[in-house]
Amino acid sequence: MNEIIKVDNLCRDFKVGEEVVHALRNITFTINKGEFITIMGASGSGKSTLLNILGCLDVATSGEYYLDGVSVRKMDRNKRATLRNRKIGFVFQSYNLLPKTTAIENVELPLLYNKNITSTQSRQKSIEALTEVGLADRLYHRSNQMSGGQQQRVAIARALVNDPVIILADEATGNLDSRTSYEILALFQKLHKEGKTIIFVTHNPEIASFSGRTMVLKDGRVIHDTPNMKIASAKAVLDTLPVEEEEEDIARHIV
Amino acid sequence: MRYSNLIKIALKALANNKTRALLTMLGIIIGIMSVIVILALGSGAKESIKDQIGTMGSSDMIMIMPYMGQEGGVTQSASNMQSLKREDYESLLNDAKFLKAVSPVVTTGGQAISGSNNTPTTMYGVSPSYLGIRNINVSSGAIFGDDDVSRATKVCLLGRTVADNLFPDGEDPLGKTIRFNSTPMKVVGLLESKGASSVGQDQDDMIIAPFTTVQKRFLAINHLHSIYASTVSEEYTNEAMAEIKEILRRNHKILEGNDDDFQLMSMEEVMGTIDSVTGLLTTLLACIAGISLLVGGIGIMNIMYVSVTERIKEIGLRMSIGAKGIHILIQFLIEAVIISLLGGLIGIILGWAVSAIAGLFLDMNTVIQPSSVIISFAICTLTGIFFGWYPAKKAANLNPIDAIRYE
Repeated sequence: MNEIIKVDNLCRDFKVGEEVVHALRNITFTINKGEFITIMGASGSGKSTLLNILGCLDVATSGEYYLDGVSVRKMDRNKRATLRNRKIGFVFQSYNLLPKTTAIENVELPLLYNKNITSTQSRQKSIEALTEVGLADRLYHRSNQMSGGQQQRVAIARALVNDPVIILADEATGNLDSRTSYEILALFQKLHKEGKTIIFVTHNPEIASFSGRTMVLKDGRVIHDTPNMKIASAKAVLDTLPVEEEEEDIARHIV
Repeated sequence: MRYSNLIKIALKALANNKTRALLTMLGIIIGIMSVIVILALGSGAKESIKDQIGTMGSSDMIMIMPYMGQEGGVTQSASNMQSLKREDYESLLNDAKFLKAVSPVVTTGGQAISGSNNTPTTMYGVSPSYLGIRNINVSSGAIFGDDDVSRATKVCLLGRTVADNLFPDGEDPLGKTIRFNSTPMKVVGLLESKGASSVGQDQDDMIIAPFTTVQKRFLAINHLHSIYASTVSEEYTNEAMAEIKEILRRNHKILEGNDDDFQLMSMEEVMGTIDSVTGLLTTLLACIAGISLLVGGIGIMNIMYVSVTERIKEIGLRMSIGAKGIHILIQFLIEAVIISLLGGLIGIILGWAVSAIAGLFLDMNTVIQPSSVIISFAICTLTGIFFGWYPAKKAANLNPIDAIRYE
């Protein structure tokens, strides 16, 4: 089974008053295991709606969506919650960490809602995930004691901890300065290299050059869906940037 | 989902907002505290009233009085009715199986005189068993015997007040002869002091003498004013009363369907009345305290509601990483219940302390019933669930898409 996501003739309509708004019109595509795809589009293009559906937060009006071979369209709220818990990792623009809570507790969160995982296992997995994103030495830092880049790393660790089939990143670098953005992109590229499937939703065209495939939405339709032959390395870009103060120092300035 | 995890989550959320949690608890603390204090003081008051009533007589006491009836169109006072006779006393003494002691009572007011001292008082004509029935003890000397009753001897026992008034110099009255309405009476005993009764009557202002003496030498009557009895045991009060009724109706030849010409009153009934009065008072006060508990509960709802709004983004996040609506609902309910239970616990401890201190100042024995503690805990849990439900439901029904992007 190589297809992680299969979207077939997907439509999503919203009723706004009397009018029906067609947010997505007859979208069809597949995403295979191990792809790193960027979904782009201006505001109102339907990319958020698509992300909600791909993330099982919303369901299509018509058409089918298979996540890891399972049809999502007819699932109820609770089934979709469980599906999100087991198969999807979210990374948001504003990190969405719990305030005054340590990194490890934030990362453990998805596992708390999984009854098959004991507290020892969840601790173990969380430490692994935080090590993966390079925060092994910050397990017990509270979210308000960390810089934006570190917070986003914690959020990525939280998205990794349940071993999802897909990682959905929604403008994951939107709140970060360019240097930190490249660091986060480098982290995504590293995860991709290790075999993770990643969907990165953004309106920033620069990011597309770091992924293997770019899909562009306009007015609810896919207008471009092209593979990227020349994938740039975020790490290489990072190395060309002048070395700035250590992240900790920046963090201190922000605080 | 492990539910222990939800408890962990809820505890964590409370720990992150300690001041707010404490302020929310305050309403519950005050509510529970006042309920506990009022119930404790109420039952303490009941106990002390019962103790006071207890000085009137033992709790198994039954009083038999003539029925206040009409004679020739004139409503007579009970003491003027002559329906109780010595024969009634004797048949109760001999036939009643449920009575352990019976004593006739005739009373007369008069002036007690000793030398140059005198005092107005009441003389109770009784049989020796009267002391046991009324819980009166003899402090010195002894009660007269049955032969004094049958011979109507002029002997008496003095209550503390009478003794003090007649012998102010601390002379021992025992063996002295006093006069009551010019009839000389020999003092054979002194009664132990009982203090004032619950209605403020001085229970030591009395002289006790054989009832035959009072009947023949002072009143020149054949009937009795009343009969006091005590049952073999408190739980047989009803049987004893039925038995007394049967014997007296037979003696008085009252036909079936006609009214009794006597009336019975048991200590148990008196206690029951007192119980219901103090009970009513306590309930009333507890209701007022309950209102403060209600206000506390609304406080919880208020704060939980604010807390849900404040944490919409957190709820959205939890949902998007796999929390179901029910998980969110239970998490917020647990928070509300923990707040109210913790508040209740503090309230119970404070209530216990306050009622102990109040008991010390009011000089009464405050009793904290385990039932009031259990009820308090039940109320706390229910308050938490009841007032936490609406905000929790609101949180659970949030749409994760809107919640996660809420600013």
